[in-house]
Amino acid sequence: MADLVQHPDEVRVISQRFGKGAAGIETYLALGGYQSLRKALGMKPDEIINEVKTSALRGRGGAGFPTGMKWSFVPKESAKPKYILVNGDESEPGTCKDRLILEHDPHAVIEGVLIAGLAVGARQGFIYVRGEYRYLVDILRKALDEARAKGFVGKKICGSDVDFEVYWHTGAGAYEVGEESALMESLEGKRGIPRIRPPFPAVVGLWGGPTVINNVETIAAIPHIIEMGGAKYASYGPPKNGGTRLFCLSGHVNKPGVYELPLGYPMKKLIYEVGGGIPGGKKLKAVVPGGSSTFLLTPDEADGINCDFDSFSARGEFLGSGGVVVLDEDTCMVNFALRIMKFYQHESCGWCIPCREGTDWLKKTLTRFHAGGGVDKDIDNILYLSQNMLGRTFCPLGDAAAIPTMSIVKKWRNEFEDHLHGKPCPYESRVWPEPALA
Amino acid sequence: MVENTQLVSLTVDGKKISAPAGTLLIDACKASGIEIPSFCYYPGLSLQAACRMCVVRIDKMPKLQTACTVPVAEGMVVTSESDEVRQARKATIEILLGNHPLDCPVCDAGGECELQDMTFTYGAAESRFMEAKAHKEEQQWSPVVFFDRPRCILCYRCVRVCGEVMDVWALGVQNRGVNSVIAPNMGDHLECEECGQCIDICPVGALTSGAYRYKTRPWEMNHVGTVCTHCGDGCKTTLGVRRADNGMEIVRGDNRDKSGINGDFLCIKGRYAFDFQQHPDRLKQPLVRKDGKLKPATWDEAFDTIAKRFNAIREQHGGAGFGVIGSTRTTNEENYLLQKFARSVLGTNNIDHHRTADYPAFAAALAGKPEMAASLRDFEKTPAILLIGNDPTHQHPMLATAIRNNVRLHGAKLFIVNHEGLKLRRQSKAYAHIPKDGYGKFIAFLGGDDAVASALANGHTNREQLMAMREMLRGEHQLVIVFGAEVRGKDLETLVKLGMSHTGVKFACLGDYANSRGAADMGLYPDLLPGFTPLADAGDFAAEYGASLPKSAGMDLEKMVDAAKAGKLPAMFVVGANPMARYNVQLGELKNCFLVVQDMFLTETAAMADVVLPAANAYEKSGTMTNTYGDLQIVRPAGDFAGAKPDLELIVRIADRMGVAPQSLVPFGRGTRADMGQSRGAQSGEADRHAIWMVAQGIEPKVSPFDPQALLDEIQRLVPGYGFSRLNLFAGNDVPTHTAGKGKGAHQDPELIWPANDTLFTSGTLGRYSNTLNSVVEAHEGKRYPTQVETD
Ligand SMILES: Cc1cc2nc3c(=O)[nH]c(=O)nc-3n(C[C@H](O)[C@H](O)[C@H](O)COP(=O)(O)O)c2cc1C
Ligand code: SF4
Ligand code: SF4
Ligand code: SF4
Ligand code: FES
Repeated sequence: MADLVQHPDEVRVISQRFGKGAAGIETYLALGGYQSLRKALGMKPDEIINEVKTSALRGRGGAGFPTGMKWSFVPKESAKPKYILVNGDESEPGTCKDRLILEHDPHAVIEGVLIAGLAVGARQGFIYVRGEYRYLVDILRKALDEARAKGFVGKKICGSDVDFEVYWHTGAGAYEVGEESALMESLEGKRGIPRIRPPFPAVVGLWGGPTVINNVETIAAIPHIIEMGGAKYASYGPPKNGGTRLFCLSGHVNKPGVYELPLGYPMKKLIYEVGGGIPGGKKLKAVVPGGSSTFLLTPDEADGINCDFDSFSARGEFLGSGGVVVLDEDTCMVNFALRIMKFYQHESCGWCIPCREGTDWLKKTLTRFHAGGGVDKDIDNILYLSQNMLGRTFCPLGDAAAIPTMSIVKKWRNEFEDHLHGKPCPYESRVWPEPALA
Repeated sequence: MVENTQLVSLTVDGKKISAPAGTLLIDACKASGIEIPSFCYYPGLSLQAACRMCVVRIDKMPKLQTACTVPVAEGMVVTSESDEVRQARKATIEILLGNHPLDCPVCDAGGECELQDMTFTYGAAESRFMEAKAHKEEQQWSPVVFFDRPRCILCYRCVRVCGEVMDVWALGVQNRGVNSVIAPNMGDHLECEECGQCIDICPVGALTSGAYRYKTRPWEMNHVGTVCTHCGDGCKTTLGVRRADNGMEIVRGDNRDKSGINGDFLCIKGRYAFDFQQHPDRLKQPLVRKDGKLKPATWDEAFDTIAKRFNAIREQHGGAGFGVIGSTRTTNEENYLLQKFARSVLGTNNIDHHRTADYPAFAAALAGKPEMAASLRDFEKTPAILLIGNDPTHQHPMLATAIRNNVRLHGAKLFIVNHEGLKLRRQSKAYAHIPKDGYGKFIAFLGGDDAVASALANGHTNREQLMAMREMLRGEHQLVIVFGAEVRGKDLETLVKLGMSHTGVKFACLGDYANSRGAADMGLYPDLLPGFTPLADAGDFAAEYGASLPKSAGMDLEKMVDAAKAGKLPAMFVVGANPMARYNVQLGELKNCFLVVQDMFLTETAAMADVVLPAANAYEKSGTMTNTYGDLQIVRPAGDFAGAKPDLELIVRIADRMGVAPQSLVPFGRGTRADMGQSRGAQSGEADRHAIWMVAQGIEPKVSPFDPQALLDEIQRLVPGYGFSRLNLFAGNDVPTHTAGKGKGAHQDPELIWPANDTLFTSGTLGRYSNTLNSVVEAHEGKRYPTQVETD
């Protein structure tokens, strides 16, 4: 169980019940829980979708896709059942927010599923929890039992004529099943391999039925949006980047932890004010802005950027999943690139050639390189291998492996050169704690 | 696959092309002559998008797209050849090669490897990598399947062909990432149908076959396109042949060019059970019985012995002194010749063969409506199939595959009626599990007789299910009804009549061996001339043969065997058959019967013979064969086997020795070039283009008395239903023949039909001489795979 942190700049929407025992349904109800569900039961499906569109809520899983728009892709009529699928596979290195939601406020997720289902006409929901989060399953299962006992889940929810089932499911420990189509395969009991798209899940998803897939945090925001209204929620963030999000601050900061801040919050303040700066007053070297799959920022870049989707996409980069990792001046960027690549090589599902073979060659090359066996052509080779994954793999995991690697080689090429010709790693004394990223 | 005929226009590399809506870009390009490289894409299998070799640039799309997953769209602009695209493909090859063993010089696939070809095209020979390659030992998964893991490029073709096409699902992927590996269903070995489809479809040398492994280099083989000698489906196969001390050795069978009725399918028998050809027990010399023992003899001695005895018996007993038994594995020409020899030289109608289907009843029932006979091709797309009896998974593996593919790709509805639980049931829409003796009743039920329903209903299928199935069947207006030997005689007639009242119904009658149908069509019956012609209608044949043909029906197989045992049949001539084993006749039980046997092996029947002539098999001769659906195909010799002769030659030589002019049996030399008029070019001293053309077409001149084509001419002229297109046949295609009986013979004793009930791994007497089949049976000992399906 993680310790909770706080900061005055925080705007607590999603995290408002954290630490208050809201995992128990009585407390959740006392804190206003399931009121949004009652409200939504009185709304037309389109009204719910419009409210979510107005909120400018964008997917918190990493891609930042407008949630209301995603829901509107679901066909009104469908021969096959429709489903809501909550993505709780949270495995993006540096990201550790969904676990807090599931631990402290599981009913918000259940309530969000129910409202999403009402909006798109689904009557079954699945909450898929990362394999390593076993302890959360107990909490979630208890919450589901309580919700059922109180009539929020099951037959005739809240006394309406709607029957709605919500199930939990757990993975076996694979980053790749966080990718939405691999997630569906895994839930259906198959190997966690992505599907060909189109068709997109909103049209052909679980067992062939239209399926809305959203991140835990995205879904948890839904009851709040219904409660306060989309406009209010949107107003927390800059235009088109509605609301707040949970930022998971880790690495070389004095006060790491999960903070809920409005979208558009300046990165510099996040590191130096919310995070309390870098231990030992060291200098900043790099920032991973939103999980290891994003382009790394140099100190200059980090200085001037705000944490919202559009500020990043304007640079051709990504805000990502909220996992902010701060790296100080003593960090070896070659080692960091290696550490990241070990992760992707381990997690590549192996389906497609560029990613399966590419991540493996990158890991091998970086391992040798960091150990002092690097030769000149390796540096361009690393870039070449990454470029050949970028945009060419079957699913975005290949991109995710290529993006940080390319940005590290391009922005910190000098550090690679410093490792050449058998030179020992200049940062050897610094031991990078292995589990920090996994 | 794409039924939509609406055309979509698009531009690829500046070239305007069009394709039916829904076509995948990769297929549209291929059809227009633009080759897009691919590893994982395979037509007819599910899409994978895994290898990323087929990437192309499509205008207005942010990334390179995989041509194997994108359907064509109106106005689409595609670039398939550009620096960007070539570079992407090259990079993919490079990283693949990084871990590839590159043991091309010793790899079976060397020279036929798609990875080699792509490397050649994209030039990724230089390695960027310094790390050692991962090595793993080769594994043997079954008697026929070997796996060399490092060569595998994980295209998943094997997994899909095994699962989707064969419905066996014996291969899968284990582990993830760079540790992903193809794995067999039993952990360290395979239990499957051993069809070898996975090996055939593997683009590299990762899966290799026990029969072919390390035996040859592809370019050292001759490739001969012919027809499988085993079951009645008549799959086309390309034999890979090498020279051997005793003639030739077949080392491979496949149909990679997908020509023919079977596409690229072959079952274990077609793919591997050619090894009987080199079996050490093959007869290499004639044998003549002396002092009660079969002793090696010269051909002269053998033919003399036969001719003398045959002539003497003919003098003394006339035609009634002979019994002739033909083969279900010899060619049409040989079968035709055999009956011609029996009737016109020996003067007997005592001729028969091992019947495995009631073709005469079928021909009689279809009389006048030959178009209602289904070709094997009809199963590819017909919207509905009713299978009554038989287990195609075992007895007609290609038919089973065609049905599965049709259900999978075109949504055909399969209805099954059987007394056992078939594997094909998994593809069926409705299944009636009836009692073993219930086929006739079921047909009556189909015809509307509800009274029999209760007799059919049993623990498996109840009355309501039967009714529902009949209702569904009545709604099908394009239906192919295919039945096994369970349906014969009167039942067969009733069934066909019933179907005829529907429009759009076609029928297929399943017989067991490669040329069972040909044996029937060519008149190996005591009461039917070729083309199911009644003896009374012998006119054309009598005129052609220039002899008065025996008028009354002869003895059937069983009667002949009985007569021989009773000492009442002075001579018996058995060509490529083993009746004594079938009728359990023991050595010494035949009395006063001069037995001549033509065979490859010293079978139970040959062991009793007075003269045994070593015969060539279908892989060593030319001719044609007709599969059980009536599809006629050409048979080509892969080579010779020292010491053996084709049955056709043997029969002609016996006749010759008996003093019969060969030309009266084989009309060779007739209609030669001179008759057809030389081309003017030849007269003026130029190359005789006409002659060259004729030779190229394989039609002229026929100057050898052993030339099957001279007989084919006669068959084409005389045998009803065999007026096929020669052009198509000689181009290597299957051409339909038309069953069109004029009436049925007298001997319709259903007991004479004796289905072989072969499994996937047996093939009558012939199968006993295939080491591959034997080793598979041994490996599967005790496991009744794959019929074991749960039946409720
Ligand atoms: C390799 C890979 C891993 C992913 N892992 C996760 C994950 O753990 N959790 C998550 O919510 N989304 C993950 N995603 C994104 C999902 O595919 C999907 O976009 C998301 O669940 C949609 O929800 P949202 O719109 O609410 O963000 C991953 C994507 C990729 C390509
Ligand atoms: S990019 Fe390819 S190999 Fe990598 S995880 Fe995605 S599908 Fe699997
Ligand atoms: S064994 Fe051959 S067919 Fe199967 S995945 Fe490997 S390369 Fe492809
Ligand atoms: S299905 Fe029949 S014809 Fe085809 S390969 Fe098998 S045995 Fe030969
Ligand atoms: S052929 Fe298209 S990805 Fe393999």
